[in-house]
Amino acid sequence: MSTSAFRVALVYPDLLGTYGDSGNAVILAQRLRWRGQACEIVEVHAGDAVPDSCDLYVVGGGEDQPQSLAARELNRQRSLHRAVERGAALLAVCAGLQILGRTFVGPDGVEQPGLDLLDCVTVRGRGRRAVGELVVEPAADTGLPVMTGYENHGGVTILSPGAQPLGRVRSGVGNGRDADPNTAAVDGALNGRVWATYMHGPVLARNPAFADGLLGLVTGPLEPLDDQESDALRAERLAAAPTQASGATSRWPDTLVRWTRSRIRVR
Amino acid sequence: MYRTSPDTGRQPARPSGASLVAVPVVNSLDSTAGEHRLPTRTRLAAGVGMAVGSLSRRMGRGSGSVIGGRAILAIDPQALAHLARGRDVALVSGTNGKTTTTSLLSAALSLRGPVVSNALGANLPPGITAALAAASPTARQAALEVDEAWLGRVAAATDPDVVLLLNLSRDQLDRNNEVRRLAATWRAVLAERLAQGRAPHVVANADDPLVAWAAEESASVTWVGAGQRWTDDAAGCPNCGGRIRFPGDENAGDGWACGDCPFRRPGLDVSLDQDCVVLVDGTRIPVHLQLPGRCNLANAAMAMSAAARFGVDRAQAVAAMQDRSEVAGRYRTVTVGGVSARLLLAKNPAGWLEVFDLLSPAPTPVVVAINAQIADGRDPSWLWDVPFERLRGRLVVATGERSADLAVRLRYADVEHRRQPNLLAAIAEAGAHHGSQTGPSKVDVVANYTSFQAINRQVARVD
Repeated sequence: MSTSAFRVALVYPDLLGTYGDSGNAVILAQRLRWRGQACEIVEVHAGDAVPDSCDLYVVGGGEDQPQSLAARELNRQRSLHRAVERGAALLAVCAGLQILGRTFVGPDGVEQPGLDLLDCVTVRGRGRRAVGELVVEPAADTGLPVMTGYENHGGVTILSPGAQPLGRVRSGVGNGRDADPNTAAVDGALNGRVWATYMHGPVLARNPAFADGLLGLVTGPLEPLDDQESDALRAERLAAAPTQASGATSRWPDTLVRWTRSRIRVR
Repeated sequence: MYRTSPDTGRQPARPSGASLVAVPVVNSLDSTAGEHRLPTRTRLAAGVGMAVGSLSRRMGRGSGSVIGGRAILAIDPQALAHLARGRDVALVSGTNGKTTTTSLLSAALSLRGPVVSNALGANLPPGITAALAAASPTARQAALEVDEAWLGRVAAATDPDVVLLLNLSRDQLDRNNEVRRLAATWRAVLAERLAQGRAPHVVANADDPLVAWAAEESASVTWVGAGQRWTDDAAGCPNCGGRIRFPGDENAGDGWACGDCPFRRPGLDVSLDQDCVVLVDGTRIPVHLQLPGRCNLANAAMAMSAAARFGVDRAQAVAAMQDRSEVAGRYRTVTVGGVSARLLLAKNPAGWLEVFDLLSPAPTPVVVAINAQIADGRDPSWLWDVPFERLRGRLVVATGERSADLAVRLRYADVEHRRQPNLLAAIAEAGAHHGSQTGPSKVDVVANYTSFQAINRQVARVD
C-alpha cells in the first residue's frame, strides 16, 4: 500500500445510498488518512462502469426499484465479481447485502438473480418491516466487539448452511423473523473478504473496530486511533437499544411480557 | 363555492406553454352565499375539542391544537370534512418548505378575505381539524399544510380546489420507509380524485422527478420550475426504473430527463430568474421577500401560482408576501445571553443544501442541533448525506439529543467542533468563541424539527 493510494469504491451512491451509507466510504478513507496513508474515494454513479481495480468496495442500502437496477447493472458488468476474486474487500449493507446473495425479490414481487457473492437468498418478510436499533454480537472468530446499528428493511435473508453470519442478534431483527425459529436470530453474512450486514447508522460510524477490520483485510493490522467520540456514541446507542431476551427468536408470549413490563416501567 | 367542472378538467398534462389565462380559475369569494351549517355532532365535537385544547394550553402543554383535534375527531370522525365544507381549500405538501409556502399562500389569499391556516405546522388530521374548528366562520378560505404521508386522507376529507406539491426527498425514513412510495401514493390520490370528478388543480414542482411523476396524469397542472438541488432520491426513473439524468449545471436551463424512456421534465408554466418569477408569456414579476434564499423564492412562486388559481393577481400576491419576516420562528434572530443567534431549520439533506447558502460567512460559528424523536425520524444517519465538510473553517457546536452522532460526523468531516448537548449552553459557547475573535458575537443556529421547537421554547423562557 506504500506506493499508490488506497482506493475505496463507493458503488452507486445515487441508487444505493438512501440511509447515509455513503458515510462508510468517508470513514474508511479518513481512518487511513489519519494514519498517514493516502486514500482516494472513487464514486461510481449509475450508468458509469465500476472499476475492478479498487482495494475496497462499499455497497449501501436503497429502495426496491433502484436496488433492482443496481443488481442488473452489476451482474452485467461483473467488475465487482472480478475485484472480489482478485482479493478486494467488500462491505455491503441492507439492500447491498440482499443483492449480493443468490436471489432477492424485486419491486414487482418477482424473484431476481443476485450477484451470488454470498450464499443466501432474500425473500419478502411476512410481518412488519424491521425498523429500529440493532445490536449484534459478532462471531468470536471475528475478534470484534459488540456492534450497534439501525435497521430498516422489509426483506428476510436466509443463509445457506454453509454461510457464516456476521453475528448473533442481541436486540432487533437482523436477517429476519421468518428464518428457522429454532435457531438463534443472526445478522449479516461473511464470506472471506465480503462482509455484509443490515446495520445502517452508518455502521462504521458506530463501529470503528469493524472499519479497521475491513481495512485490515487489505492493509494488514492497523495501529489504533483515538476513537473517544465514536466510543461515546457507541455507549449511547447500546444503552438506547431495547433489551431483548437472547436465544431463539421471540414469540408472542415473550413479546407480551416485554410490552407489559415496559408499560409498568413507564408509569 | 366554485369548482372546476369535471368536463373542463380532462385536459392532458400540458406539454409546454399552454396559456395560463385559458385555465379556469376559482371565482372570487361570494360573500352573499349562505353560510354552511355544521351538523350538531360536529359543533359539539368542536366545542369539546377547543375546550380540551385550551385546557392543555393553560397547563403549559404546548398549543393544544393536536390534543384538541384528537378530541374532535374522536367525537366526530367526519369533523374534518364537515369543517372544510364551504371553504376554498388549498393543501400544501412536500418534504421541505410546507410551513413557509403555506404562510406565503395565506398572505396572498388574505387579499380575498380571511384565511384559516394551521400556521404552526401541526399538519396531521388532528392539527388541521383543530385549526378549522377554531377558525371564524367568515374565514371562507383554508390554506392547509399537510404531512406528505397524509395527503390522501386529508384530500379525501377536505375536497381541495388546489394542491401544491413542493418536493419529495428522504426524511424520517423510519416512518416513511421509501420516498418513492410517497410519490406513488400521491399519484394514486390524484388519480382517485380525478376518477371521482373531484380533481383539484395541481401546482407542482417540475424540477423534482418524483413530484412530476405524481402529478403528470392530473387534469390541470401549473408546472413551476421551483428547483431541487438534492437529486439523490430520484436517480431511478419512477416511470420505468431507468436512470434519470440531471443537468450538470443548475443554470443549464435544461431540465432532467430519463435516459431510458420518454419521461422528462414537463414544460414550465412558471420559472425563476434572479429575483423574478417569470411566466410562460415572458412576464417578469419581481419578488422582494424578507425571507432569505433561493428556496423561499421558489416557495413564493408556488404560492403565487396557487393564489392565481383563486383569482388573486400574481403581482399583488407576491407583494402581499413581503411582510412575512419569519415563519414559526424560523429565520428570526434572538438574543441569548448577549449572543445574537439566527434560527434556521434544516431537517434532512435536501434542506441542508439550501441552508448552506443562508449561513453567514466563515468564521461565524454554527450551532447544529439534532434530535431524533418521532417527528424528526428516529434514525439520524442522514447526517452522513449532508456535506458538512463545507463548514470547515469555522467552529461548529454540536447540540441536541443526538449530538453524539453529529460529533462523530463532524470529526470525519475534519470540522473543528465541540459537543454541548444543552441547547442554550451551546449557543453561549459558540458565541463566546466568536466574540473573543471579532467583537459582538453572532452565531447561526441550524436545528432539525423538534430541536428547533425546543430552542423556541427555551428562548421564550429566557426572554
